[in-house]
Amino acid sequence: MAEAVVTFNDLTLGYDSHPAVHHLSGAVRRGSLTAIVGANGSGKSTLMKGIVGILKPISGSCAVVPGAKLAYLPQQSEIDQSFPARVVDLVSLGLWPRRGLLGRHRPEDRQAVAAALDSVGLSGFESRPIDTLSGGQMQRALFARVLVQNADLILLDEPFNAVDTRTVNDLVALIGRWQLEGRTVLVVAHDLDLVRRSFPETLLVARQPVAWGATDSVLSEENLLKARRFHEAWDENAPWCAPSDHGHEGHVHQDHGHDDHGHSHAHDHHGNHSHSHRQVKPAGRQRDVA
Amino acid sequence: MMGALFDFLIGPFVQFEFMQRALLGSFMLSVGACPVGVFLMLRRMSLTGDAMAHAILPGAAVGFLLFGLDIVPMTIGGLIAGVIVALGAGLVSRLTVQKEDASMAAFYLISLALGVMLVSLRGSSVDLMHVLFGTVLALNDAALVLIGGIMFLTLGLLAIFWRALVAECLDPLFLRSVSRLGPPVHFIFLALVVLNLVGGFQALGTLLCVGLMMLPAAAARFWTTRVGPMCLLAIAIGIFSCVSGLLLSYHASLPSGPAIILSAGTVYLLSIFLGTRGAFAARVRRVSHRTA
Repeated sequence: MAEAVVTFNDLTLGYDSHPAVHHLSGAVRRGSLTAIVGANGSGKSTLMKGIVGILKPISGSCAVVPGAKLAYLPQQSEIDQSFPARVVDLVSLGLWPRRGLLGRHRPEDRQAVAAALDSVGLSGFESRPIDTLSGGQMQRALFARVLVQNADLILLDEPFNAVDTRTVNDLVALIGRWQLEGRTVLVVAHDLDLVRRSFPETLLVARQPVAWGATDSVLSEENLLKARRFHEAWDENAPWCAPSDHGHEGHVHQDHGHDDHGHSHAHDHHGNHSHSHRQVKPAGRQRDVA
Repeated sequence: MMGALFDFLIGPFVQFEFMQRALLGSFMLSVGACPVGVFLMLRRMSLTGDAMAHAILPGAAVGFLLFGLDIVPMTIGGLIAGVIVALGAGLVSRLTVQKEDASMAAFYLISLALGVMLVSLRGSSVDLMHVLFGTVLALNDAALVLIGGIMFLTLGLLAIFWRALVAECLDPLFLRSVSRLGPPVHFIFLALVVLNLVGGFQALGTLLCVGLMMLPAAAARFWTTRVGPMCLLAIAIGIFSCVSGLLLSYHASLPSGPAIILSAGTVYLLSIFLGTRGAFAARVRRVSHRTA
């Protein structure tokens, strides 16, 4: 049984007290490769920010194993591509964990950057300004930065958006290599075929976690339908989720509901509780309004 | 011929001490303010500089009311006012739905009106003109020491936080994922903006001091694709504008502050068309292209 790199404990994340990730519990094993799947606004990016620590939990906790080096690739839209920098400047940002604010970049650092650019197929692009890069080239450069960071836990937020098939295949191959090297990888993705093909495990979210485990069983018709239904029930003026609703024992483990998940984790023996809890909660929330 | 050129370009600075002081003061202002302007521009905060320049007025006015036209109390007052406005606007945007541009506009307008009110309470309109438009030809020792101190502090802080400033502009989420420096760097940077504006307003006035910060930076943007060279180029453009503005003002008996800023404005307008990344170069590149 592998050790957990990230542990969620009844985690609720959100903005202005509206939850975007609602009561998530479970653990990400060391060396696992997990896709995070869900509709727009279902809390995938929010969950990433929660793991990175950019967003503080509204309740519950999200713990990364101490000492784990983390690399986070935000959505491309968050990066200012008009900023006057060269490809090599962008990739060299990945040296921050090693050299920090003031450490000099040494010859071996420059070699690491060159090697990273080479393995994403961008050698020769070093001094190109980043505003001349295509979407796919930009994403390759950002993957090179992740390579330079040499992290144990890698979080990629929608890395395959606006990227052509060939680039996707190259990037997926890189991700596969990271897993072979023992790194833990979490990827937000939309393409279900790609997820089925390349990701052994999947977390399906619709603000609430819907299912988490082996990809084949998680992406069942039933679960996907459930995810869609949850999403449509979203409400700007949703009633408050009272502490008594989820505070008691058992509710914590709701997300690992399916019985045939492929990996073992700390909460296996609670699996049977979960379905009933998930169904009970909407009623509980309506009660709060009255 | 050489003699005439010397008399025209160098003569005034050799002959008159007030010109030497003006040159030294504006040189140090350029070295500090221009790189700050580059980062303001790259963070899409160009107009924030403008707002902050207005915001420091009431603080300077309080210093003026209490101690007369003396640089040190006016500077400290301006600094306090600037920090209050920057923090106030930042807090409102963080605690409410209002975005920072709107809260910044609200705070600086209140601040500006308060400043004009305070100045007119005591002084004549001549005093108001002094504060609004500066007197680069009347820089005393205290003013030069202050401007020099601000320059060294700016260069030091920029050198230390360079990597973080670049990362914060380029990919703020990445910086937050590897370091906790993001928010402090933002505030250090805002403090540098206020400091350099305060340093500039004795020379150029609260209205125009932001011009020496933004115009060289905006002009340099058309010439290079890297931040470091862009900052150096902005400094060079700033110094050139100061020298030519002072000469223009000396020979044609024009007000010195506007002459300096108009020189910088001329460089900006020329750069739009002639810059290697300007409008003209973009046209040329579209006509002739490489094979790959």
